[in-house]
Amino acid sequence: MATSDIQVAEHALQHHFADMEQQRETSTFGMWMFLLTEIMFFGGLFCAYLVYRASYYTAFVEGSQKMNIWLGATNTAVLICSSLTMALGVRAAQMAKPKLMIALLLVTILFGLGFLGIKAVEYHEHWVNHEFPGPNFHFETGDPEHPATDAQHTEIYFSLYWAMTGLHALHMIIGVGLVLWIVLAGLRGAFTPHYYNPVENVGLYWHFVDLVWIYLFPLLYLISKKHGG
Amino acid sequence: MENNQQHDESVVGHIAPASMYVAIWAVLMAFTAITVFAATIELHVFNIVVALVIATIKGTLVVLFFMHLRYSTKLTMVTVVASIFFLFILFGLTMTDYLSRGWLTYPGH
Repeated sequence: MATSDIQVAEHALQHHFADMEQQRETSTFGMWMFLLTEIMFFGGLFCAYLVYRASYYTAFVEGSQKMNIWLGATNTAVLICSSLTMALGVRAAQMAKPKLMIALLLVTILFGLGFLGIKAVEYHEHWVNHEFPGPNFHFETGDPEHPATDAQHTEIYFSLYWAMTGLHALHMIIGVGLVLWIVLAGLRGAFTPHYYNPVENVGLYWHFVDLVWIYLFPLLYLISKKHGG
Repeated sequence: MENNQQHDESVVGHIAPASMYVAIWAVLMAFTAITVFAATIELHVFNIVVALVIATIKGTLVVLFFMHLRYSTKLTMVTVVASIFFLFILFGLTMTDYLSRGWLTYPGH
């Protein structure tokens, strides 16, 4: 076991790095650089959210009342659980437990698909209620005694809702694909405690997507009280 | 600062105990429950403050522990802090424009 580890490690060390530790640090740093561009990418949408929320606060409150807060909270919990199994999966790779790593990553994929399934239920609900921006957009509070005071601008809220959660869901789909790739590579015995950079980096990506949702959930679902009423 | 595994040549990087990950998970789940509960209380402008403070605590825990920033090189730490700085420049400069538009009057208006 130890001998084959060292052989794999020598094979995995690229010639331009001094040792495995330097290679790992460089690889992690490169992944962080990519994630920082992702922060700025999502940052543009968060900035648009900030501008329009400041301009049409009433419409944002009214739009957010249409969110299913329990599905949103469940999805937050599902993502946090998936981050735990992902983190433990990386740890299993570090500790030379490939079977445990594969099992934990498969659970992570299941959580990821669970998130997308719940999101699809929410999307369907909004879609059939005409809460999708475009020619068929139509907004009603559902309470005849309290009609919307700014129904017109709720379309902006829903545009941002679909764009932000949609971009996030796209990242989830890519993330599930990446974790699946690590599982397949793990089945071939590609990783050792010497060399697990791809596992670590896909883990970073997965946690980053979780991080984005940690901000999306309160900003889109929890704008104001009145929920549940 | 550096990991205590370095003398062992079979491992690169820092291996955190599983109990730490479970503890972080428990805190994140608790804060999720707290943020949903806090949203049911009318705090006016402070609803968003509470929600964002909780989200930032959760995000910081994810970045420091799940994403191993605490065990990363100083170069990585500086870069992450720099990106947050630039994100706030994006927000800050944009909002100084939008929020100050009604402040000044001008002739004919």
